[in-house]
Amino acid sequence: MSEAAQSQQVAPTPTSSLRLIGTLGVIALFAGLLVVSVVEWTRPIIAENHERALQQAVFDVIPGATQRRDFVLTDEGPVPKEDAQERGPIIHAGYTEDGALAGVALEASGRGYADVIRILYGYDPSCACIVGMSVLESQETPGLGDRIETDPDFLGSIEGLDASLNEDGTGLKHGIRTVDPGEREDPGDIDGITGATVSAEAIGDMLHRSADERLPQLQGHWSELERNE
Amino acid sequence: MAAKREQEPITMDTFLSGIWRENPVFVMLLGMCPVLAVTNTTENALAMGLATTFVLVCSTGLVSILRDFIPKEVRIASYIVIIASFVTVVDYAIQAISLDIYNALGAFIQLIVANCMILGRAEAFASRKPLGKTLIDALGVGAGFTLALLCLGTVRELLGAGEILGIQVFADSFEPWVIMLLPPGGFFVLAGWLLLFAWIKERQNKRAAAGKEATADGR
Amino acid sequence: MDADSLSYIFLNAAIINNFVLALFLGICPILGVSGKLGTAFPMGVASAFVMLIASLAAYGINIVLGYFELEFLSLIAYIAVIASAVQLVEMVVKKFSPPLYRALGIFLPLITTNCAILGVALFQTSYEYDFLQSVTYSLGAGAGFILAIVLMAGLREQVDLADVPSVARGAAMSLMLAGVLSLAFMGFAGLGG
Repeated sequence: MSEAAQSQQVAPTPTSSLRLIGTLGVIALFAGLLVVSVVEWTRPIIAENHERALQQAVFDVIPGATQRRDFVLTDEGPVPKEDAQERGPIIHAGYTEDGALAGVALEASGRGYADVIRILYGYDPSCACIVGMSVLESQETPGLGDRIETDPDFLGSIEGLDASLNEDGTGLKHGIRTVDPGEREDPGDIDGITGATVSAEAIGDMLHRSADERLPQLQGHWSELERNE
Repeated sequence: MAAKREQEPITMDTFLSGIWRENPVFVMLLGMCPVLAVTNTTENALAMGLATTFVLVCSTGLVSILRDFIPKEVRIASYIVIIASFVTVVDYAIQAISLDIYNALGAFIQLIVANCMILGRAEAFASRKPLGKTLIDALGVGAGFTLALLCLGTVRELLGAGEILGIQVFADSFEPWVIMLLPPGGFFVLAGWLLLFAWIKERQNKRAAAGKEATADGR
Repeated sequence: MDADSLSYIFLNAAIINNFVLALFLGICPILGVSGKLGTAFPMGVASAFVMLIASLAAYGINIVLGYFELEFLSLIAYIAVIASAVQLVEMVVKKFSPPLYRALGIFLPLITTNCAILGVALFQTSYEYDFLQSVTYSLGAGAGFILAIVLMAGLREQVDLADVPSVARGAAMSLMLAGVLSLAFMGFAGLGG
């Protein structure tokens, strides 16, 4: 039998299981090392990026704020985030240059037209009103729903919006809601946007739900937020 | 019996074929998902193209280095693990570089791992060719991919917002064609480009056929 | 309808934010296989099945990785599970229906690179769904995928019989069909609200 015919008849030997597992093991090891080193290396940079973005957003919604401290809202009131033992809603407190409380920034979210919208809004206890609103995350239709981020009448009617509490402090005195543009009656009304009704109403709705729940919880604890070390 | 080593020169041809003849998006229709999803602005398209090219070059490079070491039976699994690692690396790198771009691209960065183009290239090319040729090919395919993304991104951003890279191009009176920024727009613009290329190709074929006839008649 | 309710999650994944027509995931198999209704439907079902497995696995992986604080390994883990699940499906199809196996050809193993499946795992993680919500989400995504692929297949079969200009034949036509379908599905936004 010629050598060529012989080699044609012998089937190639399958690779041993040990070799297979060994190869996968080495590759997995390499993959693990690569990923872990990159993650560790970028972790502080990413944390800093998030911190900077949050800082910017808080200062955007609390006019006059130049310093920030984070608190966790517990059953006993706000606790500085560094000292907090439990998890809870985050209160971002903004302070002016001389350390006076300028307001607090709270997060709210709700379903808009396309998907969930997340916002940050500022509240000033000295006027019991909402002082600013910034959209953090939105998938609303560009040119239509995303006008909640740019429409001057809509945003303007949110600034200075009455968010005072009722007599027993259990909820908002005037509910916050979005109405048709130009039809504001109650102090808690926001001018809506034509062509972006659902998105604008969603914002009004989530502002109401958040303020209605959080502000009573903060009632009586404002002095704890006053100090800024 | 000494094995004959491949001594083909690394040519410009290898690089260019990835851009035109074998363009992953327009010719081979691979990697469609990011093409349609992240091309609503030119900036996003560019970022996605670069990220994918990075993963492509690193993954195929590594596969080429290890090509004699990885047994046939586990090659797909190995390629997938390698690709997934580099995608994770890119994911964290982008977060560190720019949170804005990261939020804009979203889950599609991690979805680079499901881009058939990378796995296909690793299997068809990197597993057989030496490192140098593989890298050139990867750069070519990556460039072709990025170019395709840019073709879509610029058209969609221009028609849908009147801007390119955030710089306004059309006058204020331009009424943006918002649908271009939304999913249907992606489909239509890509279809448009494919139509254009098909038309060009048909004209080239007609000319070639007419040329042949003329030569045949002339004899 | 409450945004967290199971019925909304299902509706959202299947129709309002349809994985194929709204989120652009899973296009490759749609363009490749949806030419014939007979292969499109089983392809859809196979993909939907892998979606369910991927979802369950992702839920488990997240718990394990979260416990060891190794979340950055999640992508590698997801894709490894998906690849294995696809191998399994391949073997099952090969055994129970060889003609279907031949008809699907290369697209069966390519389910691994179906962005929609990985997408299910990634999105349910980012939404932080619990177990029941995750399962509902993947079932909705699967149903939506099957819907999209079957619609495309039906349309393409009809279009094949029509007089399409030569420059538009093939992928360009499919993409325009997909564009029109996507446009139609936009009408579902706000459903259940």
